[in-house]
Amino acid sequence: MSAVATLKSWTGAVLAAPVFWLALIVNVPLKAWQRATGTGGMAAFFLAPNMAIFGIFVLVPLVINFFYSATSGTAYFLQDRSYVGLEQYQRLLDCSNYLDTATCREDLFWKAVHNTGLFVIVQVALLTVVSMATALILNREIIGRSFWRAVFFFPVLLSPVVTGLIWRWILQRQGLLNMIVHDFGGEPHNWLTDRFWAFTAAVSVSVWAHMGFYTLILLAGLQAIPRDLYEAAEMDGTRPARVFWRITLPLLMPNLLVVIVLALIRAVQIFDEVYVLTGGGPGTSTLYLTQYIYEIGFASLLRNPGLASAASILMGLVLVVLTLVQLQVGRRGERKGARQ
Amino acid sequence: MSGVAAFLTRRRGGRSWHWTDTVTWLWLVGGLVIMFGPAVWLVGSSFKTPAQLAEFPPTILPYVGQQMSVEGYDKPLTLYTVKLPDGSSKVMAEVRRIGIVAQMIDPKAPKDIIKVNIADRQPVREIGFATENYTEPFVHFDFLRYLRNSVFVTAMATLITLLTNSMAAFALSKYKFRGRDFTMLLIVGTLMVPLSVILVPLYSVVSAFGLLDSLWGVILPTVATPTGVFLLRQYMLTIPDEMLDAARMDNASEWQIYWRIVLPLAAPALAVLAIFSVVWRWNDFLWPLVVLSRKELYTLQVGLNTYAGELNVQWHYILAMTVVTMIPVVLVFVFLQRYITSGIAGTGLK
Amino acid sequence: MKKTRTLLAALSVSLLASTSAFAGDVRIMWYSDGVEGDVIQDILNRFMKDNPDIHITLDNVAYKVIQEQLPIQLEAGQGPDIARVTNIKELAQHWLDLRPLVADAKYWDDNFGDTLDWMRPDGSKAITGFMTQLTLTGGFANKTLFEQAGVALPGDKATWDDWINAAAEVAKSQQLPAAFAIDRSGHRISGANVSFGANYIGADGKPAKVDDGTKAFVGKLVDWTAKGLMLKDTWVSAAGSTYRAATDDFINAQIPFYYSGSWQVANLSTKIGDSFDWVATGSPCGTAGCSGLKGGAALVAIKYTKNPKDVAKVMDYLASEAVVKEFSERTLFLPAHKGVIAKGGLKWGSTDKNVGPALDKFVQAAGETLPAADALPPWKWANAYFAALVTRVSQVMAGELTLDAAWVKIDQDIADKVAEAK
Repeated sequence: MSAVATLKSWTGAVLAAPVFWLALIVNVPLKAWQRATGTGGMAAFFLAPNMAIFGIFVLVPLVINFFYSATSGTAYFLQDRSYVGLEQYQRLLDCSNYLDTATCREDLFWKAVHNTGLFVIVQVALLTVVSMATALILNREIIGRSFWRAVFFFPVLLSPVVTGLIWRWILQRQGLLNMIVHDFGGEPHNWLTDRFWAFTAAVSVSVWAHMGFYTLILLAGLQAIPRDLYEAAEMDGTRPARVFWRITLPLLMPNLLVVIVLALIRAVQIFDEVYVLTGGGPGTSTLYLTQYIYEIGFASLLRNPGLASAASILMGLVLVVLTLVQLQVGRRGERKGARQ
Repeated sequence: MSGVAAFLTRRRGGRSWHWTDTVTWLWLVGGLVIMFGPAVWLVGSSFKTPAQLAEFPPTILPYVGQQMSVEGYDKPLTLYTVKLPDGSSKVMAEVRRIGIVAQMIDPKAPKDIIKVNIADRQPVREIGFATENYTEPFVHFDFLRYLRNSVFVTAMATLITLLTNSMAAFALSKYKFRGRDFTMLLIVGTLMVPLSVILVPLYSVVSAFGLLDSLWGVILPTVATPTGVFLLRQYMLTIPDEMLDAARMDNASEWQIYWRIVLPLAAPALAVLAIFSVVWRWNDFLWPLVVLSRKELYTLQVGLNTYAGELNVQWHYILAMTVVTMIPVVLVFVFLQRYITSGIAGTGLK
Repeated sequence: MKKTRTLLAALSVSLLASTSAFAGDVRIMWYSDGVEGDVIQDILNRFMKDNPDIHITLDNVAYKVIQEQLPIQLEAGQGPDIARVTNIKELAQHWLDLRPLVADAKYWDDNFGDTLDWMRPDGSKAITGFMTQLTLTGGFANKTLFEQAGVALPGDKATWDDWINAAAEVAKSQQLPAAFAIDRSGHRISGANVSFGANYIGADGKPAKVDDGTKAFVGKLVDWTAKGLMLKDTWVSAAGSTYRAATDDFINAQIPFYYSGSWQVANLSTKIGDSFDWVATGSPCGTAGCSGLKGGAALVAIKYTKNPKDVAKVMDYLASEAVVKEFSERTLFLPAHKGVIAKGGLKWGSTDKNVGPALDKFVQAAGETLPAADALPPWKWANAYFAALVTRVSQVMAGELTLDAAWVKIDQDIADKVAEAK
């Protein structure tokens, strides 16, 4: 037993040794650099690798994308495309009534905007409620808590394509769900060709796939709430609902806001699982923005990369607003943390 | 009533059974079925033959028709339960089928052929695993090479992610400099820009660097994750500045502070990021598909998609290979799940 | 703007320099719907044994890569040396002219002359490759279901209405969810449109507006869907031009009649097995004829290869009569090689009694296609037309658009595409 332990610690040490030597060696030139530039220079040093990679592989493509949106043609590379200014944006925004997609020049884009709006509202609300309920339940004293935690987290590990595929087979006309419904004497239903049910399926499957992550964030918040607050409340005979509204919810607020904002950002970008699940159907009732961009930019035989870029930049604007909200929320949380 | 309080607030200390316990267990067991059920079914389906996969309604477990060798016939015959005209039913073997009439025999008396309408017969089936879904791809598909590529991509990307993200997070949380807030905004602002949106520009950048058909072309664009920087920075903010100042008093260099103090203290958050990074990079599909067009460089996810044709997708192989590629992720999860939880708890995402 | 241009140009030059190819190396990008990947590998291995100086690598990829990534690579002047492609006309400027390189150009003209136009720019005389597989759209009927229902299979000159009515009777008596289904694809319904007199190509070679022929058949299709005769799922449960097949429903005997194409034969044979008898029916008739639509996948040489001579050698071998014959027999694909077809006597590599007659039926039906249908495969705008049709017609089926609104949208979608490509 002890021999095994020794062996383990030895192998660990041997494996770790080069890393530590490397860290030591790196320290020498860095110290010189630090002496030369001061700590300000050190900040630049620590930021540099990440920002270089980030700049090249994220920012530059974003800028190129911006140029794309001002060009037309079916060519993929910027140098072969012709400049058209804001024409693509005009085309996208050309609509005599924004509430009636049929009056728009690019009716499918607006259809996707409407669909995404509805999806985001319903999905985020449902996701928050379900994650909250699960976190509250996992926070109780139950047998095998870590097992149950794992159960709800498991789908987060699946790739979205697999998620979409599994559920499509379950929900299709002759799928598993209809078999179960039939066995219980119910009337089988064609879930994915029905507008309402296809939407419900898209929302539910995306909640299924992501709720584990948010549940854990909320659970962490719940467990950080000091126990004596509750004991005091119980001694005062405070009514449970009141305890929830007055103690749990306020103290959980920072986590809850993070959950809502992250969920919002993800919901706006919903794509893979729904694309595989419903393909955007029935008709175009679950066609969402990212799918529209993907199809028009890449997949469809009616390809138009300029239009897709313009649409993605409009969508990016929405995401930036959401991110600003998130930063604001994060900052408030920080201040709160400082006060505690 | 205090039970309700406990349910809505924190843990329940009571001993007696309460309706909230019922709710709890219903939720948990329901969750177990809904969360795990589809995955179990996926594994079951991966052992089905193509014909059985296409079958309606689907079965949970894979079945094969039962066969039997009957005297006087070279090949084994398929068994059916036949409804006889007198209302009784009997297991019989089918000799051949012509249109809607099947010629059946009783295996015990193989001489007499009985003609049966095919509507009156049901195949006798037993559980059987189409293991060729797994073995065939292993033969035709350079599994070990793909595995090696996948492991290389996942490991390198995760290491680089941890290093660069933690360095950036350290700078953003522990130094005050001009443009810090702007940098943070820039990073978080691109939090999950959908890949499909910048695919073509990214492709031109990667090809300009000569990284097409190279595993580094898969690795580099993915490593500067905004999520990682964000997560680590939030965690490092909770490390008191006093500790760093004390180390500076002892003449420690900034690198030593980062390496010796901040990194070890941020271990839970690093563990979370490591786990997520492994899962993300392992599951990455669209991007490797774009970059890698030579089969010696394929990762597993790209490799298994070669079974997706234009007019026909060979699901039986794809499902089996999906299950195989899921195994490492599940292992990571089983062994490291407590770090995920405690890490997120520690990060607190305050 | 100008700076970006020069920068990008400079970068793409450095990129070209970075790809190195050794003499004798040939890379083939290939996708598979079934066993053809294994078959071609087998054939290539034999070739390499006889030609030790040429080393061929077969990169098996997802069809998605061919459709979405290959065009980008080609535009960057990159890509494999040879590829199996379906979008052969639109990308034709990237193919290599093999005419000066092949051993016997006349052999190619004689045997593949009909389809060479499908894969070269308009007006060109180039030899760029050959069809690995010729496909023809057509119907399949579940003979056993028809028998069980006591309905006779409609005969050779039966119309679309005859077929749907007969199938509806079968569906009713056997309590099936629908009478028939067509794959969700513009290509699949275009043969039928032509049978009703449609012509997509305007006098100037540009797309014409949706005409009465198209309106006639699509109108019927929408009507059949509304009545529940056509299986709703396939067309309605997707948006855009996504391809969806109804094969599984036919395999599970959920529909007595299925309109797809010759490539399904191998697939149906494996998955149906002995469950029921099925027959290929050819294409039902409309007012103008009984046309299906040809198509398929071609193997083409790519202009940017470093080893054109070796590429030509490989292509010569793969296009040789014996190899084409063997490939077709083993994959159950219809060959595009005139000599092979004329000699006949293909020994289909299947023991399934339904397969031989089905393939023979397709070979026969290939003679019945109308000129307007045969003009589509070598037409640059065909894919745009197909995509617009699927996108809008499925919206009509889902109740989101009226037919009249759909015609307007289809014309506009196609006009946009033409304008964009200028």
